Amino acid sequence: MNRSDDNDGQDTVWVQEVAFIDSVPRWAAMSFVFLVFIGTWQLVTGLGLVSPIILPTPWETLEDMIFVGQNLLTGGYMLGALWITIKEVIYGFALAIAIGFSLGVLVGETAFGEKAVMPYLVAIDTMPKVAFAPLFVAWLGFDIDSKVALAAFIATFPIVVGTAAGLHSADENARMLFKTMGASRWQTLIKMKLPTGLPQIFTGLKIGAVGVMAGAITGEFLGGGRGFGELIRVAASQLNTPRVFSLILYLSLVGLALYALVTWTQRKVVFWHKERVGAHDA
Amino acid sequence: MSATLAQEVSGTPSGVPVYELTRVSKTYARNLVVALDDVSLTLRKGSFTSVIGSSGCGKSTLLKIMAGLIPPTKGRVILQGRPVTGPRRDIGMMFQQATLFPWKTAVQNIVLPIEIRDGKAAAKAALEKAHELMDIVGLKGFENVYPNELSGGMAQRTSICRMLITEPAVLLLDEPFSALDELSRDMMNMELQRICREQDATAFLVTHSIQEAVILSDEVVVMKPRPGRIAEIVKVDLPRPRTLHMMTTPEFGDIVDYIRSLLDKGEDM
Ligand SMILES: Nc1ncnc2c1ncn2[C@@H]1O[C@H](COP(=O)(O)OP(=O)(O)OP(=O)(O)O)[C@@H](O)[C@H]1O
Ligand SMILES: [Mg+2]
Repeated sequence: MNRSDDNDGQDTVWVQEVAFIDSVPRWAAMSFVFLVFIGTWQLVTGLGLVSPIILPTPWETLEDMIFVGQNLLTGGYMLGALWITIKEVIYGFALAIAIGFSLGVLVGETAFGEKAVMPYLVAIDTMPKVAFAPLFVAWLGFDIDSKVALAAFIATFPIVVGTAAGLHSADENARMLFKTMGASRWQTLIKMKLPTGLPQIFTGLKIGAVGVMAGAITGEFLGGGRGFGELIRVAASQLNTPRVFSLILYLSLVGLALYALVTWTQRKVVFWHKERVGAHDA
Repeated sequence: MSATLAQEVSGTPSGVPVYELTRVSKTYARNLVVALDDVSLTLRKGSFTSVIGSSGCGKSTLLKIMAGLIPPTKGRVILQGRPVTGPRRDIGMMFQQATLFPWKTAVQNIVLPIEIRDGKAAAKAALEKAHELMDIVGLKGFENVYPNELSGGMAQRTSICRMLITEPAVLLLDEPFSALDELSRDMMNMELQRICREQDATAFLVTHSIQEAVILSDEVVVMKPRPGRIAEIVKVDLPRPRTLHMMTTPEFGDIVDYIRSLLDKGEDM
């Protein structure tokens, strides 16, 4: 701060201006946006500007959230459905990490992978992957396997790209240094390239974590089964909009938890890499 | 003029030859750039040699060939009686950037060469020696600090220790301190001189600073570009150990002027 307190009789000519938003704590700013959102929602629904079938009131939604929450906490049928979806997400993510990481190393570390494999990966990645859902159902049936496959399929590519980019991120000096130390290719990979690339690898994992959620739910929409996506689909077909809303909110908690888990792991593993949270954070 | 002119190292019997380069040439296959043309050079044990020359005249290329990082197109490189055909244990190398790895503490970075060559157990056994080295370069107390908490000068000192931990016979230095401010740079150079004398190491330094080259070296190799070759090898007959104070003497000034005139000539060609 440029404010000088001991200005013996002289006026301070230049005082650093603090923008109003910088003096507001984050939670307050977020609450403000939340209240505006809820207020607008209440206004629009309360004045009857939209039909309740299209958009329930905030209160109706909250009531339904409480109902769904009770069902989940008491081990009702919704908990079983949620558990199925969580399993799909976990298996799908694990599969995506295993395949994505392996392919990423192949593409990022070997000339063969980069020359011969990468073009195909890029080609597949540009396809609308959701369109493969019916195929997965045909191959793997209506059980969770087909959803796991779609979830993994969607999440694999960002992990491949993150891993390959990470392995390429080591600079010339580090490579030369390892060469002068007589390091083998394996040592260079394990002790230098992989740790150097961890930030990018985790970026891939985070994008993958978002994709795996979308993949599981899309799989349930298109391939049936007994997961949370099916509950949403049924509620929507019954025009039970408050239910759809509250189910989506609970589902987003699962996605958030997965994302938080990846972020937490990143902080522990890549402890030396301070990620900038936001451009305005001091 | 105290600079003795010699096309090749004349028979100063100050030490046995450590490095012998005979008619080394390098043409990069990728772009057919002739980076080095017919370079012959002998480094004697315990000597300090600097290379100076305009940007792109092949200094780094020469260093990489000497280090066994890239093969020459033509010519021979002999180190301690054996031809250099790849990275070697008796070579220590340092670059412009400290290149410390942020997931390792300072002391772990220093024992990394041991870890790579002889495994984790050997690296652990070398920790004590790493502590001693850190003590020598004034890094006591920073052993367990991660690199992002070190200043630029401290990071370079750490990388000096990393280079020294394997007790290399020759030190190849590619502008190691050019990223530092002048004050720390002078200090590091004096430090480097002391270490070389203590370990009786043979040093080969690439630099862009004539002063730095003269104050540190027994011989300054002046190179000219396109294709990179040796213009002249200038002897520096200042007494040892060198002090920063010597930079104010007329002898020092003469040699610096002479090298500058050689470099200016190189520019015209
Ligand atoms: N890997 C490479 N592939 C192709 N050409 C190269 C390569 N490295 C260097 N060169 C070329 O060889 C010549 C000498 O390069 P070098 O890096 O040895 O110069 P230098 O004297 O170290 O320059 P500087 O003082 O700028 O560091 C330059 O013309 C450069 O373009
Ligand atoms: Mg260079």
